[in-house]
Amino acid sequence: MYAPHTQSDIRDMLETVGVASLEELLRVPDAIALGEPLAVPRGLPELELQRTISAYAAQNDAAGYTSFLGAGSYRHYIPPVVPAIAMRGEFLTAYTPYQAEVSQGYLQAIYEWQSYVCLLTGLDLSNASVYDGATALAEAAIMAVNATGRRALLVSPAVHPNYRAVLRTYARGLELEVDELQFCAEEGTSGLDSLPALLAEKRYAAVVVQSPNFFGCVDVPGDSTRTAIEASGTVLIGVVAEAMSLGALVSPADWGAHIAVGEAQSFGNPVAYGGPYVGFIAANKEHMRRIPGRLVGRTVDGTGKLAYTLTLQAREQHIRREKATSNICTNQAHCALCATIYLAAVGATGLRRCATLNVERAHILAERVTRVPGFSRRFGAPVFNEIAIRVPDGTSAAAVLAGLQERRILGGVDLGRWYPQLADSILMTATELTTDGEIEALTGALGAIASGAIGGHAAPISGEASVVRA
Amino acid sequence: MSAPDAADVVRGRFEPGATEPLIFELGHPGRANTYFPNARALEEFLPAQTLRPDLPLPDNSELDVIRHYTRLSQRNFSIDTGFYPLGSCTMKYNPRVNDAMANLPGFRDLHPFAPDELAQGALALMYDLERYLAAIFGMAQFSLNPAAGAHAELAALLIAKAYFAKKGEGAARTTVIVPDTAHGTNPASAAMVGYKVVSLQSDARGRVGVDAIKAVLGPDTAVCMMTNPNTLGLFEDHILEIARAVHAAGGLMYYDGANANALMGNARPGDMGFDLMHLNTHKTFSIPHGGGGAGHGPVGVAAHLVDFLPTPVVRKTGDRYALDFDRPESIGPMRSFWSNFAHAVRGFTYILANGGDGLTKVSQLAVLNANYVRVKVREFLDTPYDEICRHEFVASAQELKRETGVRALDLAKALLDHGFHAPTMYFPLLVPECLMIEPTETESKETLDAFVAALRSIVEQAKRDPQAVLAAPTTTVVGRVDETRAAREPDLRWKAPA
Ligand SMILES: Cc1ncc(COP(=O)(O)O)c(C=O)c1O
Repeated sequence: MYAPHTQSDIRDMLETVGVASLEELLRVPDAIALGEPLAVPRGLPELELQRTISAYAAQNDAAGYTSFLGAGSYRHYIPPVVPAIAMRGEFLTAYTPYQAEVSQGYLQAIYEWQSYVCLLTGLDLSNASVYDGATALAEAAIMAVNATGRRALLVSPAVHPNYRAVLRTYARGLELEVDELQFCAEEGTSGLDSLPALLAEKRYAAVVVQSPNFFGCVDVPGDSTRTAIEASGTVLIGVVAEAMSLGALVSPADWGAHIAVGEAQSFGNPVAYGGPYVGFIAANKEHMRRIPGRLVGRTVDGTGKLAYTLTLQAREQHIRREKATSNICTNQAHCALCATIYLAAVGATGLRRCATLNVERAHILAERVTRVPGFSRRFGAPVFNEIAIRVPDGTSAAAVLAGLQERRILGGVDLGRWYPQLADSILMTATELTTDGEIEALTGALGAIASGAIGGHAAPISGEASVVRA
Repeated sequence: MSAPDAADVVRGRFEPGATEPLIFELGHPGRANTYFPNARALEEFLPAQTLRPDLPLPDNSELDVIRHYTRLSQRNFSIDTGFYPLGSCTMKYNPRVNDAMANLPGFRDLHPFAPDELAQGALALMYDLERYLAAIFGMAQFSLNPAAGAHAELAALLIAKAYFAKKGEGAARTTVIVPDTAHGTNPASAAMVGYKVVSLQSDARGRVGVDAIKAVLGPDTAVCMMTNPNTLGLFEDHILEIARAVHAAGGLMYYDGANANALMGNARPGDMGFDLMHLNTHKTFSIPHGGGGAGHGPVGVAAHLVDFLPTPVVRKTGDRYALDFDRPESIGPMRSFWSNFAHAVRGFTYILANGGDGLTKVSQLAVLNANYVRVKVREFLDTPYDEICRHEFVASAQELKRETGVRALDLAKALLDHGFHAPTMYFPLLVPECLMIEPTETESKETLDAFVAALRSIVEQAKRDPQAVLAAPTTTVVGRVDETRAAREPDLRWKAPA
């Protein structure tokens, strides 16, 4: 209990209020009064509390495994300066900056975040954040529906499966149609060649394309596709599920996106079993009054001094109620603050170098893994930090991943989970944290698993020390 | 416009009250920190046309970064620096042990695609938290999937929609009833599910009247969204009759749990007839608001709606836990991954710290603090609903405005000069010149007394010298900002000088 009341405080205060007891203050009709104490154990002193919670944390064995997991959630180096500043109580325990005069610090930090998102995506404006990458996509789809008056969406199958699933959840609410493109099985890209024909009818509010896509591949529309998108008045929503890629690859604005959405967890936020992360939305200025959620603007105070404030609030739920552009209220401000401090600390030089390291590590990973007999690259397109690896004939991604797990390696995600035709492929991720030793451990284990599977008898675990680091 | 001289940007920066430059104005190309080893050239791996030509971000030394954001933090009100009586937001103390627990490496570094058998601790925590929430609020089951209150409202209304569709009433049930005291997210969430909003006027007692609700109920009613206590801080004492009427019409009852701090351990929405509800764990269970997020918005349902909960849910079989995605009736996932998990850890830590007995006491003391402030404020401001309130109450500056020209907004701004955060203003909409005050249980009697004294002195000053109050705040880093200009000439981002 964190209440400071002494017994005599309670007595005095009850007397001031003019009631006899705390129970009297909270009286409710008999029929709904709680008859028994809550089925929650007695409170714990902090020492025991720490022990109890730590025991839960200790059961998450995955934390000690070598990991090549990614697929929308990325392990990256977080400079200690990020949490050291972000966890200051003045940031951490503030509410949404409604009172501008006493919230200039956070407002300015959000303005900087909005600016960073614009600089990285190449678009005109951005908001103070939304829940995560998937909901950013859903919100952008609603913007496109409102902008075009059309009620159908066309989505690449190489957009993150979880993002597509969330888009469908939101679409069911608004009764929007969601169609999917065919994907190109050789390249691992969106099959955008069929787009011009599909768009001719002007039925789609938006086309949704992700790059790097779920398979790690650079996947952007070519000139003729972009011309068809423009000619049909369709909004191109560009998804970036791995924000680190923005440090190296062509920006969404440069590949034609009118709205860019994505996940910025990679900037200074830990993987934390899936959240909280930070979704971003950036758009051309024609969408300014359709963008959801908080926007911070720069203005002046009564004396002409530079000042920041929440602005264009006539879009928002607390003013417009059912006519608002979105229902979002609480967003992910503190995660956006972490991302802002991260970007400030690494700077252009650090971000480019880190992004380059991701590219380098992923290519080394691909090269070493494909040297193991039977393993090959599933797709041909250039990749950022993830790569789809096909496992040897006669086995499956699931079986190989299980073998790796026995050797304390999380080899990646089984693409068959979402794409039955890709049950022979693993999506492996390397970041700047991936070491040569980890890659060696992986390839050693893959070799052992493959020879076991192909030879029909269990192969001994390879002798490399790093494989069995239990 | 030409680029400002870097020396000019920094000169004067350290004078008290000076404008802090933007991080973009402070940087210097090449003033980089060394976090990462050298890499080979990108062109060795990727075709040139895939690479971005430039990356126009500033390079700053780590010390400059620290100074910049530390200085920004100092221009910011927070619970840690002062009393924050922001109604409807439950700005209680955020225990630091919560953060320490969320930051344990076993939680912080756990990947969402880690196999269930290697994430048993996280799954067990989510399962146990869900069970406690179900017990505290009397619901059959919660989902920890939604990221905030509004997100959970959306999930709940999608559940309602799926439920009616399954019953074959999808086309008929098209309206959602929302009282005028409801938070803006309620009608906005209804609109995102394609529902038509029927707004309901409160009665003279500040409650939803049973007759008023019967008048709008019909075969088109899908959901009635209620907040209890409502945003006036008043308990909806006819809640059982209301629920009965809504159920008789075939509709569902939704509980907006933003005000759960007023009743946990003392009454349960499940016992009041609610079928669906959300919690703002970032209010009731002490998760820091972080300047506007992240939140955590569990959505809870009664037994007949469990199958529709978002995916995944945590399933327990024997002593093993697993994420269950195979739920054919589910509305589907609401977000990229399973939960704002670090916040689930914080909320769970808070529940274990307090225990059932402590949580019961928490709401009692929250209500005590609100009533204590109410009876003192009543001496110098109108309190339109003059009765025992719950965790918050509303006062009105209408009379004062008529007398002196000083509005609720001006009182709020003057409070800033006294070192207090402003109450919520102009909400709920039915109270003119409304100030909504929620002290929470973590404030001491002395702090409450100091707040009341400040507010009293401002009201007295308004009567003596209204101009002085209208000029507030004068002690903050900036005075009242020009909102009109902000909206008319939107400047939403920094641009490199041409
Ligand atoms: C009564 C009420 N309902 C709903 C919400 C929305 O919750 P959130 O901001 O977490 O989306 C709030 C919070 O601001 C609220 O006060």
